[in-house]
Parts: sequence; C-alpha cells; structure tokens
Amino acid sequence: MTTNVQAQARPAQKITSLPPALILIAGWLVPGAGHLLLKKWTRAALLFVSIVAMFGIGLALKGKVYSPNAAELLDMLNFAGDLGTGLLYVMARAFDLGQAAVQVAVADYGTKFIVVAGLLNIVAAVDAHSLATGRKAS
Amino acid sequence: MTISHFSAVLLFSLFASVVFGITQRSEPRMMIRFGMFCFAMFVGGTIIASWLMWLIKH
Repeated sequence: MTTNVQAQARPAQKITSLPPALILIAGWLVPGAGHLLLKKWTRAALLFVSIVAMFGIGLALKGKVYSPNAAELLDMLNFAGDLGTGLLYVMARAFDLGQAAVQVAVADYGTKFIVVAGLLNIVAAVDAHSLATGRKAS
Repeated sequence: MTISHFSAVLLFSLFASVVFGITQRSEPRMMIRFGMFCFAMFVGGTIIASWLMWLIKH
C-alpha cells in the first residue's frame, strides 16, 4: 500500500525589507548587485563574473556597442540588448569602446557576446526582483 | 584578441549556463544540474548543427 503525501503549497517569504524596485534597478545597473543586496553572495559573484567577462570578451573581440538608431530595426533590438548591461554600457560609450567597424568573423561573435551579456543581465535582475518579492522561493 | 570558433562556443555556453542555472532553479543542487544541462545542450547542439551543415554542403 502506498501513501500519497501532499505538501501544502506555501507562499515564499520575503527575504529583504528593501524595495523590490531598488533590487531590480541595482541588478540592472551592476551585474549581480541585486543578489548582493539580498545577501546571496555566491550567486552575486558568479553573475558578476559571468556577465562582466562576457561583456569584456565581446569588447576584446572587437564587437560593436550599438547606439540609438531608429532607422534599422535590428540596430534597435541590438541596442536594447546592449542597454541591458547597465553601467557597463555607459562606461563603454563613455570610453568610446566597441565603435570600430566589424571586419572579421570573431568581431561579429564579440557583438553577440555583448548583446547576450545585456540580455542575461536583465534575466539576473528580474531573478533578484522575484526573490525580493517572494515570487521565487530561494 | 582572437579566439577560435569552438573556444567562443565554450565561453558563451559557460557564461550563459551559469546565469541560466542560477536564475531558473531555486536549490543549489538543481542550479548546478540545470547549468550543466544547459552547457551540454549549448555545446552539443552546436556540434550537431555543425555536422548537419557539413552534411548539407557535401
């Protein structure tokens, strides 16, 4: 005879008193900062290293950092992805990085690394927000 | 900086898998498992797609 044990669905608890919007914005501006504010040290460090390394490798491969350009749809999408890196994007634009014309195949890879770093950073920031609101358990 | 195409695949897969593992699972053990699964899918999928393209060409 088997016994089915049904666990009661418990709503996840909030783990911080900080406003979730602050966690979200911090996570967007600096990769891993949202998790850092939630005292998830290891996750914050791994996210920071992964996203910054991806962005840095993209720049080292001579990838392009997009600027606002309403003329081309793909440029707008790439710009939106780049913007996801937060302050990394601002720094890259301030120091004029990623502005060289793409001439080799790996440079195109670099461009994709930069865009995906931004998209992953948005995923990480939303994850931190979900932890702050209690939507994600832990 | 210049890296090979396969090195680019490995780096991309590694970083993306770390973020996916952390954000898509709640328990540390499951995070590691899902991260490894994503890494294997990224790399394996790329190798399979590469062979498919080679077969189409030949």
